[in-house]
Amino acid sequence: MATIEIDGKEYEVEAGKNLLHVALSLGLNLPYFCWHPALGSVGACRQCAVKQYKDKDDQHGRLVMACMTPVSDGMRITVEDPESKTFRATVIESLMTNHPHDCPICDEGGECHLQDMTVMSGHNYRDYRFKKRTFNNQYLGPHINHEMNRCITCYRCVRFYRDYAGGRDLDEYASKNHVYFGRFEDGVLESEFSGNLVEVCPTGVFTDKELKKHYTRKWDLQTAPSICVHCGVGCNIIPGERYGQLRRILNRYNSEVNGYFLCDRGRFGYEFVNSSERIREPKLSSDVASKSDAISQIVGWLKDGKGAIGIGSPRASLESNFALRELVGKDRFFNGLGVKENRLASLALKILREGPARSASLNDAEKADAVLVLGEDVTQTAPMLALKLRQSVRNVPMESLSQANIPQWHDGAVREFAQDSKGPFFIASVKATRLDDIATETYRLAPSDIARLGFAVAHHIDESAPAPSGLDQETEEAAKRIAEVLKNAKKPLVVSGTGSGESAVLEAAANVSRALCSSGVQAGISLNFPECNSLGVSMLEEKGLEEALEYVNANHPATVIVLEIDLYRRGALEEIDRLFEEVSQISCIDHLENRTTANASAILPCGTFAESDGTMVNSEGRVQAFYQVFVPPDPIQESWRWIRDLLLETGNAKAKSWNDLDDVLESLASEIPDLAPALDAVVSADFRIAGQKIPRQPHRYSGRTAMRANIDIHEPKPPQDPDSPLAFSMEGFHGKPPSGLASRFWAPGWNSVQSLNKFQEEVGGPMRGGDPGKRLLEPIPGEASPGQYYSSIPAAFSPEEGHLLIAHVHHIFGSDELSVHSPGIDELRPRPYVAIHPEDAKQCGLDEESEIDVPAGENSVTLKVTFENSLPRGVAGIPMGLPEFPEAVAMSGSFKVQQGVKQ
Amino acid sequence: MLSLLRTMWIIFLHMFHKRETQEYPDVLPQQPPRWRGRIILSRDPDGEERCVACNLCSVVCPVACIALQATEDGHGRRYPEFFRINFSRCIFCGLCEEACPTYAIQLTPDFEMGEYNRKNLVYEKEDLLISGPGKYPDYNFYRVAGLAIGGKGKGEADCEEPPVNTRSLMP
Repeated sequence: MATIEIDGKEYEVEAGKNLLHVALSLGLNLPYFCWHPALGSVGACRQCAVKQYKDKDDQHGRLVMACMTPVSDGMRITVEDPESKTFRATVIESLMTNHPHDCPICDEGGECHLQDMTVMSGHNYRDYRFKKRTFNNQYLGPHINHEMNRCITCYRCVRFYRDYAGGRDLDEYASKNHVYFGRFEDGVLESEFSGNLVEVCPTGVFTDKELKKHYTRKWDLQTAPSICVHCGVGCNIIPGERYGQLRRILNRYNSEVNGYFLCDRGRFGYEFVNSSERIREPKLSSDVASKSDAISQIVGWLKDGKGAIGIGSPRASLESNFALRELVGKDRFFNGLGVKENRLASLALKILREGPARSASLNDAEKADAVLVLGEDVTQTAPMLALKLRQSVRNVPMESLSQANIPQWHDGAVREFAQDSKGPFFIASVKATRLDDIATETYRLAPSDIARLGFAVAHHIDESAPAPSGLDQETEEAAKRIAEVLKNAKKPLVVSGTGSGESAVLEAAANVSRALCSSGVQAGISLNFPECNSLGVSMLEEKGLEEALEYVNANHPATVIVLEIDLYRRGALEEIDRLFEEVSQISCIDHLENRTTANASAILPCGTFAESDGTMVNSEGRVQAFYQVFVPPDPIQESWRWIRDLLLETGNAKAKSWNDLDDVLESLASEIPDLAPALDAVVSADFRIAGQKIPRQPHRYSGRTAMRANIDIHEPKPPQDPDSPLAFSMEGFHGKPPSGLASRFWAPGWNSVQSLNKFQEEVGGPMRGGDPGKRLLEPIPGEASPGQYYSSIPAAFSPEEGHLLIAHVHHIFGSDELSVHSPGIDELRPRPYVAIHPEDAKQCGLDEESEIDVPAGENSVTLKVTFENSLPRGVAGIPMGLPEFPEAVAMSGSFKVQQGVKQ
Repeated sequence: MLSLLRTMWIIFLHMFHKRETQEYPDVLPQQPPRWRGRIILSRDPDGEERCVACNLCSVVCPVACIALQATEDGHGRRYPEFFRINFSRCIFCGLCEEACPTYAIQLTPDFEMGEYNRKNLVYEKEDLLISGPGKYPDYNFYRVAGLAIGGKGKGEADCEEPPVNTRSLMP
C-alpha cells in the first residue's frame, strides 16, 4: 500500500499500479484515450497528463503521463492544476483538428468517449478553420462499419485486434497524420472478435453495422441485464430495445466471465428476436386460436387417459424446464438432449461434480500458466474462452518481468520484453484451430487418438492412471513432454468439451486433471457444453431424448409437450418422425418456426431471452440470471407462464402459488437442492432502493408521448413487471444498482462504455458488490474426492482403404441454431460440405468438384467435398448444426466413400 | 351615488378611445418572425430533407413529444424514416430548434392549430416537411460533414483535403 496526495487530498492506494488506473479507481475524472484496462498503457495519446511534485516544498512540479507513472508512497500530484489542464485541452484540440463535423450522423454520438473527453477537458469551441485530411473507407464485412475520417490515432483498434485477439488482417498504414487503420484491401474482418472494435474504438471509426440498419441512440434504448444464449460460456450482455425490436447487444462486464469483450456470434446473433419466422399467435392445427382455446385444448389432451410427456430444452431457462417437469411429472420429463449429446453432457457434469479439479471460470482460464486443449475447437464452440486462453500464454513470460523492473501494465515494454516467447499451450484437435498460432505444439488426430493422447498424458503425470496400450513412439514422446510441462506448472488447465462428440476425450481430460490434482498441482478443468443451459437442464434431469423415445415406445402417451426445442436438430430424422407418429398430439411452446413446430397440433408463442426472465447455468457451473428487456405484444409470454396457465387449468395446487418468477424458482430450489444456490444468483422481485424499482430506460429516454401516438393518442400505462426489481419505465432509482441489475453503464460526464470504471470496485476488478452469478459445482478437493480414473481407453484409429471416419466440425457462424437468423451471420457461415484430406481424396478419385454420399442414420446425404490439409488421414470433417443440414447430428462412425451424382 | 355616475362617465368616454378588439380571424395578427408556433421540418438549399435523424430534438424535448427513426438511402445519406410530433403534448418551448445541428427543425409564427380531435394533432413527417429552407437559407449540413453521400465523395466537402493515398511514401 502507498499513501499518495492528489490535489491536496490523501489516498491509500495499491503501490505499483499506474496513476491513471489508481485515479480512475478512486472515482476521479481524468481523460484518456489509448489506455484500456484490458490492453494496458502505452502512453501514446498524451491525454492523461497530470502534474507530479518532487516533494512537499516543490512549487513547480512537472507534467507526467498518469498512465505511464507507477504509484509510489508519498507521491504528490495534482490533476486540477491549470498547467496540466491547459495541456490536456491543447492535446485534445490538436486531436480534433482533423476530426470531421459528423456527430449528428455518427453512430457513436451520445456514447462517444471522444465527445466525453473533449467536454471534460474543456475544449468546447472548435477554432480550427483550415482543411481537414480525409480518408477513403473500406468494406469490412457485414458487422463493422468503417469511417476513417473520425480517427484520432489512439492505436487501440490494432492493439486489441492484433495484440489481444490475435487477428492478422487489421493493421496501421502510412505515417504522420496520414496514419490509416484498416485492412490491406477491402474484405471481411477475419477475427471472431471484430465486434469489440465498436466498444474499443473511442470514437466512431468502427461502428456497429447491424445497429446502423435500425439505428437508435444509447439514450433511447430500453435495456436490461441479460445472458448470451448462443453458446455455453454464458457471457453477460446488455441487449437494447426500441419500438418493439431488439436493436443491439453490448458487453456487460463480469470479471469472472466475459470481462470486457464479446464474440461476434453473441454480439450480432440477436436478429432471431425480430425474425419474420417468429411465432406470434397460439395455433391449433396451424390455425390461429385464442389463448384460452389453445390452453383448454392442450389441457384436454393432457387429461386424456394415456397421459403426456414433456421434452425440455437446453436453451430454455431453468424455471421453464422446471415448470414443464411439474406439468408432466418427473418420470415423464426428458431434458431434450440428443442421444450422444446427453451422454456427453451427463459425463461432463459427472466429471465437474466429482473433481477433484475445479471447473475453471474464464478468468481462471486467462490466468492459467499451462494449457492442454483436448479435442475441442474452442474458438468455434466457446469463442470467449478462446480469447481468454489466448491471454494465458502471456503469463509465463510475465513471470520474469519483475526482474527486469517492468510493471505488468506497461504494455509496450511487456510485449517488447516478451518478444515471441509464450507459455506452454498444447492443442490436440481433429483439424487446424484458430488458436494454433499460440500453441507450443499441435497434434492433429482422430477423436479416439486424441483421447489416447490424453490418457497417456495422465499416465505420465500419475503412474496409477491407466495407460493406453500400443501407443506409437511419437505420441508417447508428446505425452511425456506435455505431462512434464503440466506437472511443473502452478495453475495448469485442461480444456475439453462435448464438441468432439467422443466421450473418451472427456474421460481423458478428466484423467489428466485428476492426475495433476493427485500429484499436488492446483489444476483446473474447463469442459465446454454446447448450449446456454445444457448444464442446467442436465442437472435438472438426466433422461434425454433416447429415454423419451423408449418411453414413448413402451407407454404410448397421447401427447408430447415440446419446450423451445427443435427435435430434428437432436436426433436422426426417422427417429423423430417415429416419435411424432407414436403420439397423437404434439404441443410446442416455442418462439421460432422450425421443423418440430411444423408437425405440431398446438403451438404456444413464447418470448425469447429478451422477452423473458429466468436463470441459466453456463459451462463453468455458474448460475446466472437474465432479465426481460421488453414486453412482447400479446399473446406472447414467457414459456413458464404458458405452462403455469396450463397447470392452473388442470387445477394444480402448486401453480396457484406461482404468481411471479421468484415463486417458481423457490419451488425449484426446494425440490432440487443441487440448484438451490440459484436463489442467490437472482435479485428478488421485491427488491427496492429507496422504495423504487430500477428503471430499464435511461433518464434521457425520448419520445415517450409520441412513439405510440400514431396508434392511439392516449398513452398507455407502463407495463408492470411482477418478476423482477426492474421497471419498464424511466422512473425509478437512477443511482448505481446492485451489480446483477446494471442495465447500462452511464455516469455523469461518462456517456460511453468507458463509464464502466465507475461500476467496478477497482478498474479491471470485480463489479461493485461482487460479480453477479453463483457457482453451483464445487468439487471436493484432494483425497476425499469421489470417483476414480476412467479406464475404458479406446482403440487406436487406423484408416481403412476407401473408408472415412466422421468427425464433428463446429463453426462460430453456422453451428448455432438461433444466431443464423441474423443476415450478417448467415452471410458468413459455411454451406454444407464434407472436408477430407487431399491425399484421401486422391486415393478415392475425388476432386474439389466431387460430391459424396454420407450416411445419416437410415438415409444418406450428398455433400460437396472440400479439401482440408490439416485433417488426419482417413477422417472426414462434417459441419455441425447448419440449418439446412440437420442430418449431421445423426452422422457418426466410418463410412465407405461413394461418389454422389456429379453435377 | 357619485361613484356610480363616475363609472358611467368613464364608460361613456371609452366610446371615443381607439378600439382594442382584434378582428381575428378576419384580420390576421402580425407575428414576430421568431414567434414559437407550429414546428416544421425544412429542406436544404438543394431541396433535400435537412433532418439527418440525429435524435437531438427528441432527447431535448421536455415533454418527449418527438419520436423518429433514422434510416439511410443507398448512398449513406441519413434521414428520418418517420418523424412524428405529438402537438397535443408540445409546449412550444423551442428547445428542439436550439438543439438541431442542421437547422432542420424550426418553429414558425403559425399558431392556428386548434382541433376538435386530439388525434389530428399528431403530425407525421409528411405534415411537417416544407419545401424551402425556412429561416436559414444557406446552410447545408452535408456540405460540411465528412461523411460521403450520393453526389459528394470523400474530400469533396468544404474545408477538406482530397483523400489520403495511404500507399504513398512521400513525406
